[in-house]
Amino acid sequence: MKTYQSWGRYPKFIPHKVIRPNWRDEITLPLPAEYLCYGLGRSYGDSCLNSTGTLIDTTELSKIIRFNPETGLLCCEAGLSIAEILKEYMPHGWFVPVTPGTKFITIGGAIANDIHGKNHHRAGNFGNHVSRFELLRSTGERFICSRSENPDLFSATIGGLGLTGMITWAEFQMKKISSPIIECENIKFGTIDEFLALSAVSDARFEYSVAWVDCASSGRKLGRGIFMQGNHKSSDNPSFKWQGNQIPFPFEAPDMMLTSLTVKAFNLLYYNKQVSKIQHTDVDFDPFFYPLDKIHNWNKMYGKRGFLQYQMVIPFESGSKVLFEILRKIADAREGSFLAVLKTFGNIQAAGMMSFPRPGITLALDFGFNGERTLKLLENLDAIVRECGGAVYPAKDARMSNESFKRYFPRYEEFSKYIDPNFSSDFWKRVTTSQKI
Amino acid sequence: MNINKIVIIGATSSIAHQTALLFAREGVSFVLAGRNQNRLDACAKDLQARGAKNVSTLIMDAANPSDGKLLFEQSLMTLGEIDLLYIAHGSLTDQARANKDTGYALEEFMVNFNSAVGYAMTFAEYFEKRQMGNIAVLSSVAGDRGRGSNYIYGAAKGGLSIFLQGLRNRLAKSGVNVLTIKPGFVDTPMTADVPKNPLFAKPEVIAKGIYSAIKNGKDVIYLPWFWRWIMLIVRMVPERIFKKMSL
Ligand SMILES: Cc1cc2nc3c(=O)[nH]c(=O)nc-3n(C[C@H](O)[C@H](O)[C@H](O)COP(=O)(O)OP(=O)(O)OC[C@H]3O[C@@H](n4cnc5c(N)ncnc54)[C@H](O)[C@@H]3O)c2cc1C
Ligand SMILES: NC(=O)c1ccc[n+]([C@@H]2O[C@H](COP(=O)([O-])OP(=O)(O)OC[C@H]3O[C@@H](n4cnc5c(N)ncnc54)[C@H](OP(=O)(O)O)[C@@H]3O)[C@@H](O)[C@H]2O)c1
Repeated sequence: MKTYQSWGRYPKFIPHKVIRPNWRDEITLPLPAEYLCYGLGRSYGDSCLNSTGTLIDTTELSKIIRFNPETGLLCCEAGLSIAEILKEYMPHGWFVPVTPGTKFITIGGAIANDIHGKNHHRAGNFGNHVSRFELLRSTGERFICSRSENPDLFSATIGGLGLTGMITWAEFQMKKISSPIIECENIKFGTIDEFLALSAVSDARFEYSVAWVDCASSGRKLGRGIFMQGNHKSSDNPSFKWQGNQIPFPFEAPDMMLTSLTVKAFNLLYYNKQVSKIQHTDVDFDPFFYPLDKIHNWNKMYGKRGFLQYQMVIPFESGSKVLFEILRKIADAREGSFLAVLKTFGNIQAAGMMSFPRPGITLALDFGFNGERTLKLLENLDAIVRECGGAVYPAKDARMSNESFKRYFPRYEEFSKYIDPNFSSDFWKRVTTSQKI
Repeated sequence: MNINKIVIIGATSSIAHQTALLFAREGVSFVLAGRNQNRLDACAKDLQARGAKNVSTLIMDAANPSDGKLLFEQSLMTLGEIDLLYIAHGSLTDQARANKDTGYALEEFMVNFNSAVGYAMTFAEYFEKRQMGNIAVLSSVAGDRGRGSNYIYGAAKGGLSIFLQGLRNRLAKSGVNVLTIKPGFVDTPMTADVPKNPLFAKPEVIAKGIYSAIKNGKDVIYLPWFWRWIMLIVRMVPERIFKKMSL
């Protein structure tokens, strides 16, 4: 049975009321009530939660409206998942223009968080590929939004955290690919500067890139990692087998499972998997883009306490010095992170006024929730990010302060004008209420 | 046999649509019948975008099933031939209301029983002549034993199961398959107001079972499988005890 938690299972959440519409043209939003859409709940924190309002579960809105097999333009309901889209169209050589690290997200969620992927330097965010969508407001009005129709509402809704109303359907451009196989190059690096150099060279040659960085080590080893870059294999037959089966993670692990020791061992193992300095491999798209999807409920590995993810971006100007400082703070705190993902964002202008990605270096880490200790550490990291003009990703946040939010998203006041007065989220209430840090 | 041309009655049903999606990938053609044009159009477009060859829609109302003959003729005209008739419409009767309102109870019979019988009989004649074909109908585990909380719906489905049993017996001689589908709790709009318990299955899971049962020419299928055993036990409880239970 569905519990409507967010992916991090922190903060704990009990839905107040849930509705689940089936037909896009028949949805009504009776008032008084306060609404928020909930897609597949792959946001980590509280941006997909509203503990006093009504959640609109969008997953039954999963019909395709039209697909043009010549151009790849897809129009579908907002609750359709990337997994379904790939199942339908990858065998015909079409891929989503931008994908996050899981295929279990909805198109509504992709737009509301203006998600980014391993091809940000080439493709920008998901919103850059969206041509139109319909927005249902609590007044019952339906607005078609595009770059020419209701352009303000269009750019407020992309990255708009679900606050501008309900996206019922969306139209976006799929990408023709030569193969579902990715030709992948893995390169070891020893320092953040090496990573930046690799990244700069990679951008022109590779469509996808991402790095894993070891932040559990201390001293000189800190900042080492593996850089992964890849392209769709050319001349390959795009017929492939679909691996839909997942191993469910059946129970909540005891809280012991992810001690800093096990994390350290994991990081070491990952690093040493690299035998020579550069490794070439052909990888199926599924393990390449979605390594964690294999284990269905891997988020339960953190046990009952839940976990936080922290993803921030810092401008290139701050560079390796600030990043190193952040890594050291994490290493010193021994709040070792299970996965630390490092990537550079390119300079394609986002389509949304509140989109998170901006040119710079982005780092994402998981933290098992250890109460005040964890919150304190993340607040210390925020101080650094604020200072250098960076930002933290709301899709993964459950704790940033009001002050931080305003610094990270300077257009929030302009954005506020487009919020539907009868939509809100726990995230929004939190970051717009002043609190003591 | 290959199934290339399908008529679905009650095509806007969640279970029916999920089943149709599995056939759509094989490039089959559909006639979708239902009472709401806008919903039918949404289903038709979805099937079309996922690989169906031709999809057309027809309006019907199970509360007024006199249009059965017309529906058959129009379907045949559209498709040229028919390989599968899939009957899915149904209405979860409000038992409390039916207890006080006999007219309503009988209307529910019309929707859940009479109409389905009418459609199946009309198409049966065609399949019988053609000496092949498939009829698959959504009955329910609720038809396996009458319960105070749900016996109008249950009786209609129970009657439907018996009807299908007889029809199967008749049509077997002509090489026509008749499938009786008995799902347990399924999480669809029909059960939107029923409090959920862990026995609820997703319509896409039920659809997979239906799809393979049709392909394999099965007779009766419980979905998910464990309902066969649950219902076996439910049927075994002596009436003298059963009547004292509130179910
Ligand atoms: C393993 C993993 C890897 C990830 N990797 C990445 C990554 O690489 N890049 C990245 O950008 N993100 C990443 N994410 C985060 C994820 O992509 C986003 O949180 C995404 O928005 C989740 O989509 P969802 O359908 O689950 O939406 P939910 O989490 O349910 O909701 C997200 C937001 O969308 C809104 N929303 C949903 N549907 C609608 C609608 N129809 N109309 C209006 N608003 C709506 C909600 O109100 C909420 O504000 C990752 C998450 C996981 C679990
Ligand atoms: N859900 C369960 O737990 C469950 C369990 C066992 C058996 N079943 C059976 O499975 C079948 C499909 O139901 P479902 O679960 O998929 O629910 P559903 O999505 O709510 O579908 C019900 C369907 O019946 C149609 N319908 C109802 N009254 C009608 C009428 N008078 N004329 C024409 N169509 C009518 C509806 O059409 P509209 O779209 O126009 O309303 C809809 O297509 C039903 O026969 C049901 O009895 C369901």
